[in-house]
Amino acid sequence: MKTITMPSFGADMEQGKLTEWNVKPGDTVHKGEIIATIETMKGLIDMEVFDDGVIEQLLIEPGSEVPVGEPIATLRRLGDVAVEAPPVKAPLVEKSATPLQTDQAAHISSPPPETTATIASQPDLALSANQGHQTSPLISPAARYQAELQGINWGALPAGSGPNGAIVLADLERYIQADQQQLNVTTPTAAPRSIEQDVNTLKMRQAIAAVVSQSKREIPHYYLSHDISLTHALQWLKKYNEDRQPESRILINALIYCAIAKALQKFPAFNGFYQNNQFQPAEQVHLGNAINLRQGGLMVAAIHNAEALSPVSMMDKLKDQVIRAREGHLKMSEMQDATITISNLGDRGSDSILGVIFPPQVALLGIGRVREVAWVEGQHIKPVTIVSISLAADHRVTDGHDGARLLNKINKLLQKPEQLV
Amino acid sequence: MKDKAALTHFLLERIKAIAPDSDTDDLDPDEDMRDELDLDSMDFLRLLESIAKQLNINIPEMDYNKITTLNTMVSYLSERQSSL
Repeated sequence: MKTITMPSFGADMEQGKLTEWNVKPGDTVHKGEIIATIETMKGLIDMEVFDDGVIEQLLIEPGSEVPVGEPIATLRRLGDVAVEAPPVKAPLVEKSATPLQTDQAAHISSPPPETTATIASQPDLALSANQGHQTSPLISPAARYQAELQGINWGALPAGSGPNGAIVLADLERYIQADQQQLNVTTPTAAPRSIEQDVNTLKMRQAIAAVVSQSKREIPHYYLSHDISLTHALQWLKKYNEDRQPESRILINALIYCAIAKALQKFPAFNGFYQNNQFQPAEQVHLGNAINLRQGGLMVAAIHNAEALSPVSMMDKLKDQVIRAREGHLKMSEMQDATITISNLGDRGSDSILGVIFPPQVALLGIGRVREVAWVEGQHIKPVTIVSISLAADHRVTDGHDGARLLNKINKLLQKPEQLV
Repeated sequence: MKDKAALTHFLLERIKAIAPDSDTDDLDPDEDMRDELDLDSMDFLRLLESIAKQLNINIPEMDYNKITTLNTMVSYLSERQSSL
């Protein structure tokens, strides 16, 4: 049997509200199926299940808000039992917004007979992926000692910054500090209506602060920037878009993202995770697209296997992601497995951006505003549309020379946009 | 949808659907719409998609500079409609 816990959709998430169950006890589910909708500060996220199996119990009611890592359901995986047990009969969980009464809720879970041989060895999942699945988080002995000394229920804490998401002392200190500051916020001086919002904003800022501080403390960043002429890319784009309806047009971003993904494939030292004092390159390029939320904060959603996408399919993915982000249907897997992040300030932003790496990733690419400059080419000055692409990279893994080669490769690919197809 | 008031209403309603948090109430119709409403290139393209689908007007890229403000966009669309 496997316990499904409140997932984390980013290091700055502390709790989530279950708004809807899409399944009921006894339902057979398949890997990738959406079983619930979770509401976070970042909007609604569709939660997928990562195994084939049968839902045994739903442990919380729609409308409940629980910390990351808290058990919310149990799943009997296929293969957990030798003989298929009959489906569990249980009252249907209403899909309405009406919260269930407590006594009803008790009936939601009617556990089937406990079976043996259910303890499968946990696969060695990547840090972000195992946050949603472990029954209790890993914790270092020192942190555990400290937690128990202070009477903190560490089992309910989200995954930490140690190896495989283990909670380490530094994480524990952060939670203690965050707790104390929350208490300070709810002093009667604040206007009653804004307290909740203030606390949420504060929590999100604190969580972002924790991630970027950890990044700057532990990752020796180096920065490079490269001005790239978009003359060829824009010419190609103009021709491509000329006779097309708006729905089939491509934006320059799609070409830039394609060039980045294909360049990263040639320079795997920038694409992967630094854990346990060593770098593990990722096999695929999952481009994390950092989206700035207008209500404040950041969200990173991954474009999977980006190296294999043509500009047309990249454009489809980008568009689909924006629409789903607005409508609240981003998927859990998108929120968790980016191998590198792109921070794009958009065409109305600044000329360039030097970012902070999201641990355990080892690089972040910044895309500045597409802009016109005076450009010297073959002894002549001419107006050219350019973009500044910058790189923040982990010096433990790569050196400036490698970084410069990566940016050069992106530049070369953007000079031959027809080859990106 | 011949009259300009209806076009304006249609555009604002579409913008609101594409970027729900954009402040269309305070939009100065003579200012750059994308600047004022913080619409990125994707938002803008989706607005053009809506226009193409619902008004049957395909705005080519070369005309983008004619539709930067709400007022110029309304005039442009109204002209295109009357020449249909």
